[in-house]
Amino acid sequence: MANFQGSRINPKKFSASQLKFYVFLIPLALFMLLPVLFIVGQAFKPMDELYRFPPALLVKRPTLRSFQFIWMIANTTGVPLIRYLVNSLIVTSVTVVASVLLTASTAYALSKKKFRAREGLLRLNQAALMFVPVAVAVPRYLVIIKTGMANNYLAHILPLLAMPVGLFLVKQFVDQVPDAILEAARIDGAGELALMFRVVFPQIGPALATVGILCFQAVWNATESSNIYIVDESLKTFSFYLNTFAVDQNPAMAGMAAAASLIMFAPNLVIFIALQSRVMNTMSHSGIK
Amino acid sequence: MTRAVRPKIKGLKQAGQLAGDGLTALWLLLPYGILFSVFIAIPVAVSIGLSLTYFNVVQSPQYAGFFNYITMLTQDEVFFKNIIPNTVKFALLVGPGGYVLSFFLAWVLAQIQSVPRTVFALALYMPSMAGGVFISVIWRTIFSSSQNGIINALLLQYDLIEKPIRFLQEPAYLLNIMIFVGLWSSMGIGFLAMLAGILNVNEEIYEAAYIDGIRNRFQEVIYITIPSLKPQMLFGAVMAIVGAFNNGTIGVALSGANPTPQYSGSLIINHIEDYAFQRYEMGYAAALSVALLGIVWLFSKVAYRLFGERE
Repeated sequence: MANFQGSRINPKKFSASQLKFYVFLIPLALFMLLPVLFIVGQAFKPMDELYRFPPALLVKRPTLRSFQFIWMIANTTGVPLIRYLVNSLIVTSVTVVASVLLTASTAYALSKKKFRAREGLLRLNQAALMFVPVAVAVPRYLVIIKTGMANNYLAHILPLLAMPVGLFLVKQFVDQVPDAILEAARIDGAGELALMFRVVFPQIGPALATVGILCFQAVWNATESSNIYIVDESLKTFSFYLNTFAVDQNPAMAGMAAAASLIMFAPNLVIFIALQSRVMNTMSHSGIK
Repeated sequence: MTRAVRPKIKGLKQAGQLAGDGLTALWLLLPYGILFSVFIAIPVAVSIGLSLTYFNVVQSPQYAGFFNYITMLTQDEVFFKNIIPNTVKFALLVGPGGYVLSFFLAWVLAQIQSVPRTVFALALYMPSMAGGVFISVIWRTIFSSSQNGIINALLLQYDLIEKPIRFLQEPAYLLNIMIFVGLWSSMGIGFLAMLAGILNVNEEIYEAAYIDGIRNRFQEVIYITIPSLKPQMLFGAVMAIVGAFNNGTIGVALSGANPTPQYSGSLIINHIEDYAFQRYEMGYAAALSVALLGIVWLFSKVAYRLFGERE
């Protein structure tokens, strides 16, 4: 079958038959990206270009003025921008690290330990894939008030730690780690922690990277914890502050709104590009059986 | 017969290991279990409980039986006239619609070489990782009725309209714009799953199928790709449904008001927030939450029927 010409899935070489796909994909990709490009332009436009009619897609004389305003306005409200940024950095890094560790160890237990409730727990988690967090905003709010977590970093972090989608994906990955390896390590005297950190986790790197990304996107973009659970302005996050620019409609603010959303967006993009091959690797194991 | 073949290694069942396993598993599962209970399971249970009460946050909840549900079905005019039609229309078009679109795009991407594929995949995935804030800033700027709204500017320039259209305030446009924006940002994690799944289908299965008489790409998709992809398709379907409902706040973000103008872009999520955080009728809001979870569950049930493997 050396000359098998049927399926052309994942072709190694370019052939003329692929042209029609490019003809379709190039305009589509441009269409998807144009709004993003427009916002990038908008963020760097000086005042007169923001007011120009008709508005131009790209910026002619780029300036950092909008970014400077974001910085200055924060200082006049009493909470320096750095404070929001530090809050976000602390909350984001703690949440991502804790969530990855939590997901990995839980997935390990659900995949490699034999106990009676296992099937039931897996089913429960699978059902929770359908969970829509916004639906239970009210009881979540009550839980956070009752447990005294309000007005505390914990209110940013704890609600986002348990991620059913992440657990689901990582568990599929741990399933692929052969039991024989674990057995060999155990005979060599490896304890439970060594098994997890030295044997299992290194083999599921791509899945953990994916969980890290998903968690990062959730926590970095989150505004509801600052909106609802946190009263103290100095404990609120960067995304909350930047979001305050997004609600205004006049052109002078449009520059700042664009700049603010660009600051929010850039880390997402950089992290995803850096880890994208691992994400794709994880996704090939995402099937629900 | 065409199911994806995946190596399965059966667990070594050893008596000694079994006894200790339960205890270790308990310790390992405890943290996740607690967080899962506190932030997912208990809130769902509390929602169901509160939905049977009258609760205004100030006084403690009073048992009211099915009063809230009866109100929802008989008294809440907006609910049946706007909220449910909007929610169903939005969820159907953005959920299954976005889903079909992501399968199609994933399939197209699989037909080209790896490097351009990565670039295109990134372009298609980018909107979905942008997050709600970014999405609303982008589209509010584009559809804005002020002079820097790009759509209005174009229409005015070519004399197609005489004065700017207030796209985001007009009931006639808002929901359609929401659906458009929802689709634009729907190539998310499910899309990536399907792309990876299509690329992973065993080449030999295609070869065998061509020997058996399949002739073109269309037959290939129907007889090989989709059946091989069932597990990913199911994951993608569940993610699409949940994503569509999670995106429900976009109407408020775009129009800048809850309720949206004449409830034209209000979905059930906005209705919940309206009752919970503006009117403080927590009991009624909880009943709406239960209704929402029920709707999501129903949608997912259909997905499991379509793509799940019979046991």
